[in-house]
Amino acid sequence: MSHSLVTMSYIVAAILFILSLSGLSNQESSRKGNYYGMLGMAIAIIATTFNVSSSAFAILLAAIAIGGSIGARAALKVAMTQMPELVAIMHSLVGMAAVLVGFANFMDSSINVSGVEKTIHELEIYIGILIGAITFSGSVIAFGKLSEKISGKPMLLPARHWLNLGLLIAVIVLGGLFLQQTESGAGSLPLLDHGGALPLLLMTLLALAFGVHMVMAIGGADMPVVVSMLNSYSGWAAAATGFMLSNDLLIVTGALVGSSGAILSYIMCHAMNRNFISVIAGGFGTASGADAAVVEGEVQPINADEAASLLMEAKNIMIIPGYGMAVAQAQHTVYEITKLLREKGKKVGFGIHPVAGRMPGHMNVLLAEAKVPYDIVYEMDEINDDFPHVDVSIVIGANDIVNPSALDDPNSPIAGMPVLECWKGETTIVLKRSMASGYAGVGNPLFVLENTRMLFGDANTTMQAVLKALQA
Amino acid sequence: MKIGIPKEIYAGEKRVATTPETAAHIMKLGFSVAIESGAGLGANISDEAYQAVGVDVLADAQSVWQHSDIVMKVRAPQRNPEQGLDELALIAEGSTLISFIWPAQQEALMQELATKNITVLAMDSVPRMSRAQKMDALSSMANIAGYRAIVEAAQHFGRFFTGQITAAGKIPPAKVLVIGAGVAGLAAIGAAKSMGAIVRSFDTRPEVKEQIESMDAEFLMLDFKEEGSGTGGYAKTMSPEFIAAEMALFAEQAKEVDIIVTTALIPGKPAPKLITADMVASMKDGSVIVDLAAEQGGNCELTEAGQVVVREGVTIIGYTDLPSRLANQSSQLYGTNLRHLLTDLCPEKNGIIHVNMDDEVIRGATVIKEGKITWPPPPPKLSAAPAASSAATTPVITAPKPSIIPEAIKPFLPLFLGVITLLGLGAVAPESFMAHFTVFVLACFVGYQVIWNVTPALHTPLMSVTNAISGIIVIGALVQLSAPDNLVVILAGLATLMASINIAGGFLVTRRMLEMFRK
Repeated sequence: MSHSLVTMSYIVAAILFILSLSGLSNQESSRKGNYYGMLGMAIAIIATTFNVSSSAFAILLAAIAIGGSIGARAALKVAMTQMPELVAIMHSLVGMAAVLVGFANFMDSSINVSGVEKTIHELEIYIGILIGAITFSGSVIAFGKLSEKISGKPMLLPARHWLNLGLLIAVIVLGGLFLQQTESGAGSLPLLDHGGALPLLLMTLLALAFGVHMVMAIGGADMPVVVSMLNSYSGWAAAATGFMLSNDLLIVTGALVGSSGAILSYIMCHAMNRNFISVIAGGFGTASGADAAVVEGEVQPINADEAASLLMEAKNIMIIPGYGMAVAQAQHTVYEITKLLREKGKKVGFGIHPVAGRMPGHMNVLLAEAKVPYDIVYEMDEINDDFPHVDVSIVIGANDIVNPSALDDPNSPIAGMPVLECWKGETTIVLKRSMASGYAGVGNPLFVLENTRMLFGDANTTMQAVLKALQA
Repeated sequence: MKIGIPKEIYAGEKRVATTPETAAHIMKLGFSVAIESGAGLGANISDEAYQAVGVDVLADAQSVWQHSDIVMKVRAPQRNPEQGLDELALIAEGSTLISFIWPAQQEALMQELATKNITVLAMDSVPRMSRAQKMDALSSMANIAGYRAIVEAAQHFGRFFTGQITAAGKIPPAKVLVIGAGVAGLAAIGAAKSMGAIVRSFDTRPEVKEQIESMDAEFLMLDFKEEGSGTGGYAKTMSPEFIAAEMALFAEQAKEVDIIVTTALIPGKPAPKLITADMVASMKDGSVIVDLAAEQGGNCELTEAGQVVVREGVTIIGYTDLPSRLANQSSQLYGTNLRHLLTDLCPEKNGIIHVNMDDEVIRGATVIKEGKITWPPPPPKLSAAPAASSAATTPVITAPKPSIIPEAIKPFLPLFLGVITLLGLGAVAPESFMAHFTVFVLACFVGYQVIWNVTPALHTPLMSVTNAISGIIVIGALVQLSAPDNLVVILAGLATLMASINIAGGFLVTRRMLEMFRK
């Protein structure tokens, strides 16, 4: 295949990727968008394959077949509640692939460049591996935290900011050393007999450590930011690889993915009224100096029957799901209740906070899985003004996103974060396992408000009891 | 411990202190419950219903009083010569009595009870604080009284409450004035509103304005500055000037409205006279006044306690037993209030009560402890209305830090720095790099424009599709598969494998998710 034809195919693929992302802008075009993406990928891979020598074909086919089937299996088997984990582990694969490609490129003796171009090329390899390694280890830790193999609590090492700074300086110094040694040929290793292999390998280890340290310091509630940030990194890693290989398709795609992740991170930070830097620096709430007001008062517990009769009397019902619904796998029961109430002529809606769950859009996917029609699922900004007309709000396994102190207590660690103002409705039913505070460790005055009723227990079991009471 | 519930002996009292439902809860606390046969009949609860949940039914009052460690009643103990019963004589030494007592008005009763060496908890003395709301029997009874007041008014009022336009002509809606928007007043507002009437309300406490308006009623403003909030959520006596202004308002309203419900009470004092005989005379014929303060002397001059009278063509209802007229509902709520009090008295759920005088709620309710009068309790620490002093805390204002950079330049600063960086890069980088860099920067912009349009509901599919797309790194690996070096080939093969997982996994899981989204 001629070089021009390959370039043309790459342009087509790049356009298809852009169409794919813009297809996701609304529900109707989203499926088409996904197919555009698949098509673009197929074109890109096939065009590239023509340039692969026939001797490597066996490896190529084997790798694609094995990888493809593993991926397909994972995609078909994963539960929707585990989506954040799947996304995190897939980010790590991109990171690892970037590291491997970087090393392969570094070892490849068939590349002939010289002068400034050579320096730039080496630098591109260095940066590509750096970003790839951070993405890899960060994503693995994020995966561990999301699947609760690692505690969700932020792990804060003493002087962690200095540690990060030290790592950064070390990476820069090693970078200088690396550029020098690739010229002189020093620092080669037994297996990697290339100038500058030692600093490159050291840097990789440091980058891995940095990725681990960075994500370990971030609390569970900040996970949506981390996941979208790693999404962004995986894009930048691909773009860096593109520079390294002088491949425009990789650059374009990497930049698309990178900016997509960056925008998602920004949206998530905005939804929590948090600064991106402070999320990355880790340790939720440690910066707040003054003490937040302690929540005092008596909660009013009710049982499932009473909750059901509240629902029967209501006309306008708003359901606010949180991570607790995902944990309890209650979305199907919730939809059964929704269906029943809608059959009885009640208006039922779902209010979704942008950071509900552990990744952007997590709740929407869970509700979609339970077959909740998407036109009754609303974003926070769409419905926050409607709460005075809501008769009953049901908060399922959410805490910080319905915390009134975010609005009226300037000392609260979550002060200024936009929240769903369910307390402006007539009655709020809060489903909760016990009276523990949320991920942010903040007391929630909502629970002791006069128009709030607490329904304690596992979300799924309680919702089933409510469903039964409604059917009776 | 054994709990006994005798039948109420006050004439016309239909309520009972425990229903089968609350009895079942009480037994879960470890108590045994016995009831006098027929005690629930007034509230339409048969003896069988009690037996069904395991309550013992005893034949007469004597055995209930004598065999119980705790006696729960609605009305305070009294003598009823007609039935030949003297509850005061029946009280067993060392037992506990829980009922309405009204210690302020019933001094003689208090003295007599104290001689019996018993413990008495008065349901009317439960402090009015948020923790004690669930045992606040006054509120639950007031709620019922307010509702029933409207039902009684509707019965004596010759017209609809709601306005209608019918083929036979237009029906104007009834106008209802509710004076005093406490629990009873608000319940009356709610009931009248739900029947379709136009409701107005007046209260001396300005903080209830919001509550009145939240029920869709009109708050009548008095052009006069005086705070009417006393402690414990009650109103206090107002100045003469205020009362004059208030009376003028009522006089004006009386001419206009069809129904007046008065609920004005000041604790420990006779009810204020708000509706004079002149005002009654000025009302339209067929109008109705329901006086919920009839027992304390009435808010209307012409009220006769316990009676319905017609004066100047206006029906004046002075019933003092409104809760008892909804006996089943009142018994249910009162029983639940008692159950909550017992739950607090018996924290270990072992069927033994512990009158903990350090607990503010129990301290307030206990008027006689083992023969010693403990009423009145020390003043409550918490008031329903916030103390005025809390408003005096000065807000802390932090001065904004002076900025080195002038405000006007600030928004352009990142752009400016970006341009400088790009120019700096252009000065040193070779041409081939710049070509790629152009592509990179443009792609970032395209991505930025495209992603902002993505609906938040699709953020998860967006992430998984970008995940799949970032598998494009496979191309980098593919290119290197043909390299001569074996190590390079192995690395590239591994990278291909990983990227393939991503591509297949990402696209398929996105497809699976998008299939789920449906209208």
